[in-house]
Amino acid sequence: MEAIRGGAEPKQSYIKRTRTGRINIKAGNKVELVTKWTIAMLSVLTVMAFFFFNYTGLQLERAITETAYNLKTMFLEPSLSHFSWGEAFHQIGITVGLGVLATVIGAIIALLLAFLAAENLSKPWISKAVRVVVAFIRAVPTVLWVLIFAIAAGLGSEAAVLGMLFHSIAYLVKAFSESFEEVDSGILEAMRATGSNWWHVVTHGVLPSTFTYLLSWTFLRFEINFGVAVAMGAAAGAGGIGFELFMASGFYFDLREVGFITYAILVIAIILEIVSTRLKNRYFPAAVRN
Amino acid sequence: MNEKAIRRSRWITTVFLIIIIGITYLSAAITEFNFFDSIATLPKALGWIFENLWITPETWERLPIILEKLNETIFMSIAATTLAAIISLFLGLMGSKTTKVNNVFSVIARLIASFSRNIPVVAWSLILLISFGQNSLTGFLALFVGTLGFLTRAFIESIDEASQSAVEALQATGATYAQIVNKAVIPQSLPQMLSWILFMIETNIRSATLVGILTGTGIGYTFDLYYKSLNYNAVTLVTFTIVITVIIIELISNRIRKVIL
Repeated sequence: MEAIRGGAEPKQSYIKRTRTGRINIKAGNKVELVTKWTIAMLSVLTVMAFFFFNYTGLQLERAITETAYNLKTMFLEPSLSHFSWGEAFHQIGITVGLGVLATVIGAIIALLLAFLAAENLSKPWISKAVRVVVAFIRAVPTVLWVLIFAIAAGLGSEAAVLGMLFHSIAYLVKAFSESFEEVDSGILEAMRATGSNWWHVVTHGVLPSTFTYLLSWTFLRFEINFGVAVAMGAAAGAGGIGFELFMASGFYFDLREVGFITYAILVIAIILEIVSTRLKNRYFPAAVRN
Repeated sequence: MNEKAIRRSRWITTVFLIIIIGITYLSAAITEFNFFDSIATLPKALGWIFENLWITPETWERLPIILEKLNETIFMSIAATTLAAIISLFLGLMGSKTTKVNNVFSVIARLIASFSRNIPVVAWSLILLISFGQNSLTGFLALFVGTLGFLTRAFIESIDEASQSAVEALQATGATYAQIVNKAVIPQSLPQMLSWILFMIETNIRSATLVGILTGTGIGYTFDLYYKSLNYNAVTLVTFTIVITVIIIELISNRIRKVIL
């Protein structure tokens, strides 16, 4: 044995030393390193960003004072001038309705696709294929889907719902299939051992144990879809309160009306948030995130 | 489960389903959405997409302009997210139960978060557009405000989740507030926070497109321009560049997340 080692000096490689020879008391932690690098990169990119911006026609001082004044007018003196309260409720109803339709139909379709996408319920190649398609759909912003459908199917609630549907499905398939994959494999194995077929496993094993998760995810998506519906109205002219907002600010320059509409949106969004927090606290799935 | 419980849960499920169907029907009525019409238009729409949305060789010439705008959008989202994160950190510390200084600040922090998050980014961009005009700063600020609200809420939750015992232990040794935050709170919740920041950058690149359409900045404006001039091939190219960017950023942040979480 001695001969093989050749009398080489014993190296204490298990003690890490710094360049100066001191013992390194900091653990060579990869986590810390990556964290530091990420923060550094983000900071550098942020500083660089301000050199890349296009500042044409910007007078910062004037813009800031004007914004302050505008915000004051909007939020302190909201009023309606181009449409009535009834009309306002109707428009809000349309926006919420678009959100509901996209969420409900999306959830149903997503549920079916999620069974195919979940690794423990489907074949590997089907699961992979569904995931790739869904990732692609999610990467395209929702507005683009709506605008693309708007040229193809004509502008209207159909185009808006179809466009929003694409994104909702893609989002929910990911969320649902991840919940399915978290189901205890023992349950599935036990059910399969009793000779139950795929359908039985799904209805009696998977669905009951993930139902609350699915519900919370769907509701979260509804919250998002409400915001999306507002955006669709403004950017794609799909109607609803978003379109009125766009008209009030871009066409009439009526700040008081913008204020009123913003408040209306805020109230509904806060109601949705309160309901969703209640749902979350009640069904306690800690894994469900915004 | 006995028979009674099963019957009860069936009953609840039925009522739940009826309510959902009712709400859906009502929404369809208000929005004048026709389910069968939309199914009928779907094949036509998909056919149109496959027929018209192709990248032709001529459109490749526009790539440099598109990439320049895309660049602006990416920087806009990263800068908005990072700067919002710094302020959110303070608001989060104020708002969290573990580290709040007093109740007044806590309420104010939560109020700011709720207010800026729940007013959609569309409203912010339209509001800011009025006085800032068509430039990158408008888009940046619109993203910034929305991100601020979201991150503050996320940070409050991450800080609340961090263990209380480390804070208590430091308090017992007589550590100051800054020391407690620096040594106990931040190290524990930093990976979580970083993961939220990365998530927000992904989201912001997608919303930057929307903000761009509304405020006339970045890639969204380019998209809108080609869309309105019916140049669908260029529209396709713009869409693909966005998709590729989003997927690349998602992959990078998933990598980072895997290491730090």
